[in-house]
Amino acid sequence: MRPSPRSVGAAMIAPLQAALQRWTRSMSLRVVVSTLVVGIGTVMLLGAYVTTDIRDGLVEERVDRVLAESARDATIAQAAADATTASNPDDLQLFVDDLQRELRSLGGESRGLVVLRSPDNTSPVPLIIGESTEGLRAIVSTDMRDAVSDGVPQPWQHVGFADTGDPGVVVGSPLDIPVAGPYELYFVYSLADEAATLALIQQVLAIGAVVLVALVVAMTWFVTLQAVRPVRQAARVASRLAEGRLSERMTVRGHDEMATLAQTFNEMAESLQRQITRMEDLSRLQRRFVSDVSHELRTPLTTIRMASDVLHDERGSFPPHVARSAELLSTQLDRFEALLSDLLEISRIDAGAAQLEFEEVDLGDVVRDEVDAVAPIAQDMGVTLRLHIAPGQHTASMDRPRVGRIVRNLLSNAIEHCQDAPVDVAVASNRRGVAVVVRDYGVGLTPHQVERVFDRFWRADAARARTMGGTGLGLSIAREDALLHDGALEVWGQPGQGASFRLLLPRTSEGLGRNAPLGLVLREREFPEVGPLVELAPGLAARGEDVEATS
Amino acid sequence: MTARILVVDDDPAVAEMTGIVLRGDGFEPVFCDHGDRALEVFREQSPDVILLDLMLPGKSGIDICREIRAESGVPIIMLTAKSDTVDVVLGLESGADDYIPKPFKPRELIARVRARLRRNDNAVPAVVRIGDLEIDVTGHRVMRGGEVIPLTPLEFDVLVTLARAPGQVFTREVLLEDVWGYRHAADTRLVNVHIQRLRAKIERDPESPEIIQTVRGVGYKAGAHQL
Repeated sequence: MRPSPRSVGAAMIAPLQAALQRWTRSMSLRVVVSTLVVGIGTVMLLGAYVTTDIRDGLVEERVDRVLAESARDATIAQAAADATTASNPDDLQLFVDDLQRELRSLGGESRGLVVLRSPDNTSPVPLIIGESTEGLRAIVSTDMRDAVSDGVPQPWQHVGFADTGDPGVVVGSPLDIPVAGPYELYFVYSLADEAATLALIQQVLAIGAVVLVALVVAMTWFVTLQAVRPVRQAARVASRLAEGRLSERMTVRGHDEMATLAQTFNEMAESLQRQITRMEDLSRLQRRFVSDVSHELRTPLTTIRMASDVLHDERGSFPPHVARSAELLSTQLDRFEALLSDLLEISRIDAGAAQLEFEEVDLGDVVRDEVDAVAPIAQDMGVTLRLHIAPGQHTASMDRPRVGRIVRNLLSNAIEHCQDAPVDVAVASNRRGVAVVVRDYGVGLTPHQVERVFDRFWRADAARARTMGGTGLGLSIAREDALLHDGALEVWGQPGQGASFRLLLPRTSEGLGRNAPLGLVLREREFPEVGPLVELAPGLAARGEDVEATS
Repeated sequence: MTARILVVDDDPAVAEMTGIVLRGDGFEPVFCDHGDRALEVFREQSPDVILLDLMLPGKSGIDICREIRAESGVPIIMLTAKSDTVDVVLGLESGADDYIPKPFKPRELIARVRARLRRNDNAVPAVVRIGDLEIDVTGHRVMRGGEVIPLTPLEFDVLVTLARAPGQVFTREVLLEDVWGYRHAADTRLVNVHIQRLRAKIERDPESPEIIQTVRGVGYKAGAHQL
C-alpha cells in the first residue's frame, strides 16, 4: 500500500517534533548547541582573518625580495649587454648563453628564466634562446609582454604553475642587446615554499580551533550541569511539596548563588508549611467551635423545647393571652431551631467538616418521598403538585438525607412562590447523571434575583409572608450539598413566567456529562413527555400532620 | 406497672424537665448526674430504659454504654447534642439501641421510650426457626444447637421481625418503623449498625451472612431456607 501523503508527512514530522521537544525541554542541550554554533562561527572567522593576514604578509615580503632581486639581476644583465663587445651572431649567441647561465646561477633553484625576443625586434641577427625555459613560456602572459614592450618599469604578476599548481610570481624587464636588438627578460619565481608554510600554519590553526571549540563546549556542558542540577533538584522538591509532603527541603551546600537559591527555596517552603499548618489549625478550631456551640446551645434549648411543648399541650386550660403566648413560643422555637441547625450546617460545610454517607439510591424514590411529604401542605395552600418520573431506574450514589433536603428545599421554595399555579416536578437520568427539575409558574425571578438566589439569608421579597418558615439558608445549603456530591444546582427565572431549579448528580466518577438528562427550563406541556404522572401516595393525612408540625 | 427510666444527664434543667415529661406520661424517672456513678445507679435501680447523655463529667456516655451492655441488655437511648456522624455511629456501636438528637420534643422522647418498652409478641408463633437458629419468642431466647445466644431486646426484635417473614425483603425504613417505632423517615444508620451487631452474634461467618442477608439497594431479608 502506498503511504498516504499525510503519513509520510507525519513520519517526517515525528522525529522533528521529538527533537524540538528535547530542545525545548533540556536547557543544557540548548546552551551547548548555542555555544557550539557561536564557537565554530567565531573560530572560523578568526581563522579566515588570521590566515589571510599571514598569507598576505608572507607573499608581500617575498614579492618585495623578488622585485629587488630581479631588478638587480636585470640591471646586471643590461650592464653585461651594454658592456659586451660581441658583434657577430656567433659571439652574440655565446654572450646570451653565458648571460642566461649566469642569471640562472644568480637566481638559484627556485627561479626560472624566460628570455623572449621582443615583438618589436627588427634586427636581422637571430639568437637561439630558452632551451631550458620552454616549460615556463606559457606562464608569461601577453599582458606582461605588452607591459614590458610599453616600457612599464618592472611589471609583475601572480601566476600559477600549470603542472604543479603552485603559485608563483613573474617579473618582466626589457633587455637591450647590441646588434641583436630588444629582448625581454622574465624571472619566474615559485611561491611553493610560502604555500607550504601557509598550509602548515592553517593546519596548526585548524587543530587549535577544533581543540578550542571542543574545550569550550565541554566547559559549557560542565558549567550548565553545575547550574542546572540545583534547578532540577529545586523542581523535584517543589513537585514533592505540591504533592503535600511539606517537610521536603533542598540541601544547602556552600555559600554560592546555588546555595542562596536552595536557602531561599527552603525559606519559601518553610513559610508555605507554616501557612498551611495555620490554615489547618484554623479549620480545626472552627470545627471545634461549631461543635462546642452546637452542644452549648442545644443543652438549654432542649429544656426550653420540652417546657414550651408542655405549655403548648396545656394551653387549653390557660387564659387566652397566656395560651397565645404559649403558641407563639412554640412556633418561634421551631423557627429558632431550624435556623440554628441550618447555621451549624453551613458552618460545618464552610469548615470542610461535612461528611457524606454515600449509598446507591433511586432519585425517583427520593423525590417521590419528598413530594408525598409536602403534598398535604401544598394541598392546604391550594397548590397542585405534579410529579413526572421518566421510566427506568435513576439510581446514583448519594447521601440520601442531604439529597432529600435539597429536594425538600426546592419544593417548599416552589410552593411558596408559585402563586396558586401548579408546580411541576420531573425526574430523569442518562448514563452520566440523574436530574430533578422543579418548576413553578409564579412570580418568577429577575436576572438580578437569579444571581443572588443562592446567597445566604437573601430573600426575593423581604416583605413576603414566611408561610413555609424558611430560614433563608435553605437554598444556600442545597447548593453546597449539590456541590459536595460533585453535582450542580442551577436556577432559571423570568419575571411573570416562574422559576425553575435543576439538580444534577453524577452517576459515575467521570462527573457530569455535557448533556444533562433534563433541560433547565421545561415548558408546562413538556413535563408529561418526560414520563407518566406519578400518583401521590394516598392516606397521608396522619403523616401530613406530622410534617406540618415539624416544618 | 410503671416503667422506671434512668435519666443520665449532667444538666439539671434538662434532667428535671425530662423528669416532668416522663412523669406526665406515667413513667417513673430516676436520675444520675455524673458519669462515674451511672453504673452504680443502674445496678441499684435496675431501670427498664436508660436515657444516656453522651457528654458527661467523669466517665463518658460511650464507656458507660459499653459497661452496661456488658452485663445487661437493657434498652439504652442516647441523648446527643451533636449530630455528627462519628458520635452517633460510635454510640450505636458501643451498644446503644437508639438515639435522640437534642433538642427533642417531648412527644418524640415518649415515642422512643415506648417503642423500647413495647413487646410485640402477640399473634406470633411461640417458636420461630430460621436457618439453624431456634427463636423462642415468648421466652425471649435464641438458641443454636441447644446453646443460648445472648441478644439485647432490640437485637431480638430485629431478628424476630425478619424471621417472621422469611424471604421477605424489609427496607431500612420499614424496619425503623417496625422495630424502632419511627413514624417517618429517620436515620438508616441505626439499622445498619444493629444489623452488623446482630450478625456478629448469630452468623457463623459474619463476613458472608446466611441468616440475615443484604438485598443491595433495598434492605435486608431473613434467609429463606430452613434447615
